[in-house]
Amino acid sequence: MTDSNKNYQLICGLEVHAELKTKSKMFCGCKNDPFHAPEPNIYTCPTCLGMPGGLPVPNKKAIEWTIKLGLALNCKINLFSKFDRKHYFYPDLPKGYQISQYDIPFCYDGYMDTSEGRVGITRIHLEEDTGKLLHKTIDGKKVSLVDFNRGGVPLVEVVTEPDIKTATQAAEYGRKLRDIIRYLDIGNCEMQQGGMRLEANISLSENGDLPNYKVEVKNINSFKYMEQAIAYEIKRQTTLLKDGKTPAQETRGWDLNKQSSFSQRTKESAEDYRYFPDPDIPPLQFTKEQVEKWKKELPALPEQVINDWKTKFSIEEKYSKLLINNSQTTALLKSIFTTALENEIEPNNIAKEIINKNIKFNNNLKPQEVITAYQQLHQTDDLDSNVLAQTIEQILAANPDAVTKYKAGKTQVIGFLLGQVAQQLQQKLDMKQVRTKLLKALEN
Amino acid sequence: MLNKLTLKQAIDKLGNKEVKLEDIWLDVLNSIKDKNSKFNIYLNINEKYQDQLNKPLKGLPIAVKDNFCTKDLITTASSLLLKDFKPQFESTVTQKLKDAGGEIVGKTNMDAWAHGSSTETSQFGRTLNPRNSEHLPGGSSGGSAAAVAADMCIAALGTETAGSVRQPAAWCGVVGLKPTYGRTSRYGIAAMASSTDSPSPITKTVEDAAILLNHIAGHDPLNATSSTKEVPDFTENLGKSIKDLKIGVIYHDLKGLEDAWALFAPQLDIFTKLGASVEYAQAMDPKHAVGVYTVVQRSEVSSNLARFDDVRYQHGRDTFGDEAKRRIMLGTHTLSKGYADQYYNMSQQVRTMMIKDYEKLFETYDVLVSLTSPGFAKKIGATEGEAMFGELEDMLLEVSSLGGFPGASVPCYHDKKTNLYLGMNIMAPMWREDLVIQVADAFEKNTHWNSWRNND
Amino acid sequence: MKQAVNKQLVKHIAQLANIPISSQEEEELAKDFSKTLEVVDKLQKVDTKGVEMTHQVTGLTNITREDEVNEKNMFTQKEALANASRTHDGFFVVERLIDVE
Repeated sequence: MTDSNKNYQLICGLEVHAELKTKSKMFCGCKNDPFHAPEPNIYTCPTCLGMPGGLPVPNKKAIEWTIKLGLALNCKINLFSKFDRKHYFYPDLPKGYQISQYDIPFCYDGYMDTSEGRVGITRIHLEEDTGKLLHKTIDGKKVSLVDFNRGGVPLVEVVTEPDIKTATQAAEYGRKLRDIIRYLDIGNCEMQQGGMRLEANISLSENGDLPNYKVEVKNINSFKYMEQAIAYEIKRQTTLLKDGKTPAQETRGWDLNKQSSFSQRTKESAEDYRYFPDPDIPPLQFTKEQVEKWKKELPALPEQVINDWKTKFSIEEKYSKLLINNSQTTALLKSIFTTALENEIEPNNIAKEIINKNIKFNNNLKPQEVITAYQQLHQTDDLDSNVLAQTIEQILAANPDAVTKYKAGKTQVIGFLLGQVAQQLQQKLDMKQVRTKLLKALEN
Repeated sequence: MLNKLTLKQAIDKLGNKEVKLEDIWLDVLNSIKDKNSKFNIYLNINEKYQDQLNKPLKGLPIAVKDNFCTKDLITTASSLLLKDFKPQFESTVTQKLKDAGGEIVGKTNMDAWAHGSSTETSQFGRTLNPRNSEHLPGGSSGGSAAAVAADMCIAALGTETAGSVRQPAAWCGVVGLKPTYGRTSRYGIAAMASSTDSPSPITKTVEDAAILLNHIAGHDPLNATSSTKEVPDFTENLGKSIKDLKIGVIYHDLKGLEDAWALFAPQLDIFTKLGASVEYAQAMDPKHAVGVYTVVQRSEVSSNLARFDDVRYQHGRDTFGDEAKRRIMLGTHTLSKGYADQYYNMSQQVRTMMIKDYEKLFETYDVLVSLTSPGFAKKIGATEGEAMFGELEDMLLEVSSLGGFPGASVPCYHDKKTNLYLGMNIMAPMWREDLVIQVADAFEKNTHWNSWRNND
Repeated sequence: MKQAVNKQLVKHIAQLANIPISSQEEEELAKDFSKTLEVVDKLQKVDTKGVEMTHQVTGLTNITREDEVNEKNMFTQKEALANASRTHDGFFVVERLIDVE
């Protein structure tokens, strides 16, 4: 019995894993650079290789960064926290368990606002990454090659509430999260390098209640594919539901060639990970003061910066979005724009030139250097101030109506007067300078 | 017979040039050649050493339990899975030993993966008790304790999870000193129960244990549970009077201990003679400790052995022996969904209760004393078929292990007929090895049970 | 609560624990299991209401390390592979699993 008139609502939650770009791994001092490693298995030690007696010691920076991410996402911070062992067997998991967080994650109960509404963030926790498997056939036999360079790299996991209502909202959330992580300078989130991994939990509800099943779609390595995967799942699940069937609770992968999802294994119930607190790692305890301090250290986030720059510097949003990379860059740009104002240069123009690469930009520049570069680019012919003053006088005298209009409040007539001055002088002018002088003259 | 020297004697005599290091090594290696095939104490012998007379331990031959990873020296944990395993790194404790001038003369047999209290679960055959070869040496550090008893080394290292140093020390009639948990680093030692494992000295005298502990203790940045507390000079407490110390005697009324207790009780008189006060005290029934320890240890064991497979090691999980399989499976069960609350979580609660019980006793007493083991070393074959032999045998030691308290076993009775020993377990609050050493040393010096000190 | 330790449970646990066991072992292990659980079940009689769990006895908290590379502790590729049963071009080798992606 089908009911083609039924409308189903998407109930979607996302799980995002992001590698943190610490110098060393999460629980040992091995180098954290798996993607660029010239050879396999060159960044291991007794701890991350699962040797007898290898012991974990947590990376302080990774913990701080996780909490800062939580604060940036409006989360509450657990003042008491710990690491737990999560047990399962797989060749890329050297200890036979992953050190993760079970019931007391560092961050919980946060949110991110999107253009399509607020997405609740259930939790953010810290864990270690697994090694990598490469599938090959050697001497006719199918094997997997294992590389542990990535094993033990710090991984932050962000889990949302099932608040996502559309595929576009999911993509927006994903992009925003990536931007924030990059902005805080704690991760690169290069999806092609595995720096950010997406998983979507998708189900459909008839009446808004939480459905009794959940399909997990894994292996999504771009936001575009995520949108496609969600759209596909909505279609697939709708068909099943309209037919009176309940979609199977399972894990599915995304085949980007076929543009469809496929079943991987049935998830009847959650795996038995036998979590227990890791006896090798003493618990973590933070004070309210410490958390406050970390909160204060947070830079203003991209959205807020864009607004600030619009208000303070009149910089167009499209330029800001391209420039805001990480908080270091932002701080520098802010100084540059402030210095621009002091030099009577429009910050928006500087922004444009940087984006067009007419001005070379890097984080080590001093603001004055950028101003100078801009001025050289827009070198105006030397203008004798007397000549300018005289020209202005002439123009004002020749256009008494315009002056009257200006004095009566019709300030837009400035544009016309400026044009007249420019025409008269017939040279490349710093219009800001001219405008300033003109306004002064009008006040007299 | 220079192999019969204690560590202190050997250090002193080398210092005075009374003896040569090579002669000590010669005698030790000869005793190994003579007796090892019978007693099966060493799995691996190392005859290379360096003269290190400028260092505290002077290059003396020390036996090391085979669960310590020793660089380029095969380390098996007495298991078939690791029978060809050559560690590419050194455990912190053996590195400290080497830094202090100690040389490893060999790796000793143990219960495989430290699962046991008799050294019978070794996958390379059992070790025999040098005091009486029809009997077992105890375990899991049975090989190390036997090596000391047989003078097949000058001193030894073992590890205690719950009884694995003190019990074989008792059965072999030697000294075993388990320090406070966290005093010595666990880095590089095949983990059994992470929350109780304690690398420890096993030696001929209390003084030797204090000397060795001085060199292996200390904070390790690679071990997050190792203590940053300053390491005191443990030898400062030797020869100190125990006058006015308060000694609490526990487990005096347990069923099954009567025979051993009858021999043990008179040994307490020396304490009174030396001016200490001795009182019988009541501790929580240790039978609960068995359940707690079984669950906690097996849970942690099942987790710690999950890393062994034939991807990074030469042999696979099919090589695990019966005892290992039993323990891994029980531990997996007690952590699994639906059972963890009932077993693991509850055990950790009872653990708290037992620790608080000892802490309360320590408010009144400086040290707690009892029998180390319910009886003499058992005969070969006596433990067969007992699924829980280990945990029951260690009942008297489990609470101090679960709580991390330091304790030492010293010989306190010798049966002339069987040549077997009983051990006395002396325990103190956390970080108070000084009290343990003080009392143990006083007992040893003022009685004649130690076969190197006041010969029988 | 008395446990019905049957071969089914033993089989399931062996799977969870990744331990290969024969069906004869299943029988023997089931017996051992029961014996052990009998002892352990005695714990149920203890009143643990309101008692906190002890996971660690050190009382330590906040033990972390600075984010620095420790070259000294790192293995060379040779060392990492030294005890592997099978290697290929610097990798560890394992048979391909069935449910691989």
